Amino acid sequence: MKTIVIGVIGADVHAVGNRIIEYVLTNEGYNVVNIGVLSSQEDFINAAIEANAKMILVSSLYGHGEIDCRGMRDKCVEAGLANIILYVGGNIVVGKQNVADVEKRFLEMGFNRVFGPGTSIETVLPLIKADLGS
Amino acid sequence: MKNYLLIDFGSTNTKLTAVDVENKVILGTSKAMTTVEEDISIGYQQALESLLLKTGPLIFQKKIACSSAAGGLKMAAIGLVEELTVEAAKRACYGAGAKVDLVFSHFLTHHDIKEIVQKKIDIILLAGGTDGGNRESVLFNAQALGEAHVCIPIVYAGNKSCQDDIRVIFDQYHLQGYVIDNIMPKLNQLKIDGAQDIIRSIFLKNIIAAKGVKKIESVIDEVIFPTPHAVLKAAELLAKGYLHEKGLGDIVLVDIGGATTDVYSMGTGAPIRGDVILKGLDEPFAKRTVEGDLGMRYSALGIVAPLSKESLRQYTDDGFDLKKEAEFRRQHVDFIPTTPYEAQVDRLFGGLCVDIAFSRHVGKIDSVYTPLGMMYYQFGKDLTNVNAVIGTGGVVIHDENPTDILNKVCLSSDKPLELRPKKPQMLLDKKYILSAMGLLSIDEPIVALQLMKENIVKI
Repeated sequence: MKTIVIGVIGADVHAVGNRIIEYVLTNEGYNVVNIGVLSSQEDFINAAIEANAKMILVSSLYGHGEIDCRGMRDKCVEAGLANIILYVGGNIVVGKQNVADVEKRFLEMGFNRVFGPGTSIETVLPLIKADLGS
Repeated sequence: MKNYLLIDFGSTNTKLTAVDVENKVILGTSKAMTTVEEDISIGYQQALESLLLKTGPLIFQKKIACSSAAGGLKMAAIGLVEELTVEAAKRACYGAGAKVDLVFSHFLTHHDIKEIVQKKIDIILLAGGTDGGNRESVLFNAQALGEAHVCIPIVYAGNKSCQDDIRVIFDQYHLQGYVIDNIMPKLNQLKIDGAQDIIRSIFLKNIIAAKGVKKIESVIDEVIFPTPHAVLKAAELLAKGYLHEKGLGDIVLVDIGGATTDVYSMGTGAPIRGDVILKGLDEPFAKRTVEGDLGMRYSALGIVAPLSKESLRQYTDDGFDLKKEAEFRRQHVDFIPTTPYEAQVDRLFGGLCVDIAFSRHVGKIDSVYTPLGMMYYQFGKDLTNVNAVIGTGGVVIHDENPTDILNKVCLSSDKPLELRPKKPQMLLDKKYILSAMGLLSIDEPIVALQLMKENIVKI
């Protein structure tokens, strides 16, 4: 069973979407480690190490995602998780910005896939399967 | 009459408590030097004679003991990530009544293993990985211990998926290995009961024999616990109560010894307010932490080490040269204060032990601004509403003003983020009966509980 760590990063307390992600991914047969809201980069990385996760799926709803996610790939490399797949999604930047620009910035930060506001987990699922194998 | 003799083989003293279980009274207590180096029964016989001098002749139906003689139970805790399985491993060791002399995370080095052997570790606890999680670290570490032919009992309590491979390594290198359930089966979930049971049974089967404590079982019935575990049992019973006999509710216990300061807290420590989110590893109801660098004699230098130059200066200005006093106490471990000045220095040291040790034990809160307003994280146990703080250990018991020491547990304005008790009742284990009551609680929980409620007095 492949393990995915999910959670909401930074000072963000939006819990509902994260629960939906947990539900859907669990139903799809993944081992989901949900670290919940108000989680730091270190919380995600520590969980991924102990649980031997292949993917970290970061959610952010409150607009400060860009600051919260900065340097996450570097920390993963430092923690021995150089090859872990990083997803990020939600209202990850301040205001309404061009999705393509936002995606580019997060890809440069080392995320493998970036999803803008309102993307449902069902849309993302085929990509997860492709990246992880089902 | 049904009499119990409860014995505590301490590192310095052998303490005896005689209890008449039918009439629910403590018949007497006594102590003598522990003589584990020559023959443990010498000190025991001395203590017994002095006990019988006070009580008159007694016949005991049962004689049971706990022991922390000859260095107690020294363990090495090995895990993967510091905040997760390393912390879980430490908690398992503490809960079993051990001292954790060495802590390692990730892959063990040759130097680490050398240290384990040199420090004469009694038991190694090897953890790492959630069930189905990380495999590399535990397999690497077991292999490394095997290749080094470490002949110390090893308890494997890591990732369940590696259990078979670990068994193969244990067999291949003829290690004294034990395989038990994972202490952190899921992220942040703590399951340490199994580890505590096996650690205790190894202690009783192997360790006390090696330390020369086992011999005493020719004169008494048996040694059943490491001493700190007996204290933990007593504290848990006192907090929870038993059947119709009510307990005290959530409590904190501080035990200031010559070499270590132990802090126990009984309670869930769950957040009290709605806007607080709990983070980090689960907390056990009965939690024990041990500070090996904080003690009144052997570890006196550790008390002054964390103090800043300014605060040391402040003490000097007040007439206390703490560095000099600490050095003196470390060199004269059997020193007993006689003048008011010496007593006051001991009181200061006792207070510092409690303060620093409690900072490391208690939960902390941290605020964070969110778009929904101010929110709070809580790490560890919220102990603000505990009902009572109990003091034990020589310095508290013999001090004229034990409250001065115990008050250091309480909420203070210079540590606003620590969830310390607000207005606890201060209690004293005046007769030093906690470990004895822990032993008694195995057969006679109600009697042990009633005796504790009677003899642990308000100050």
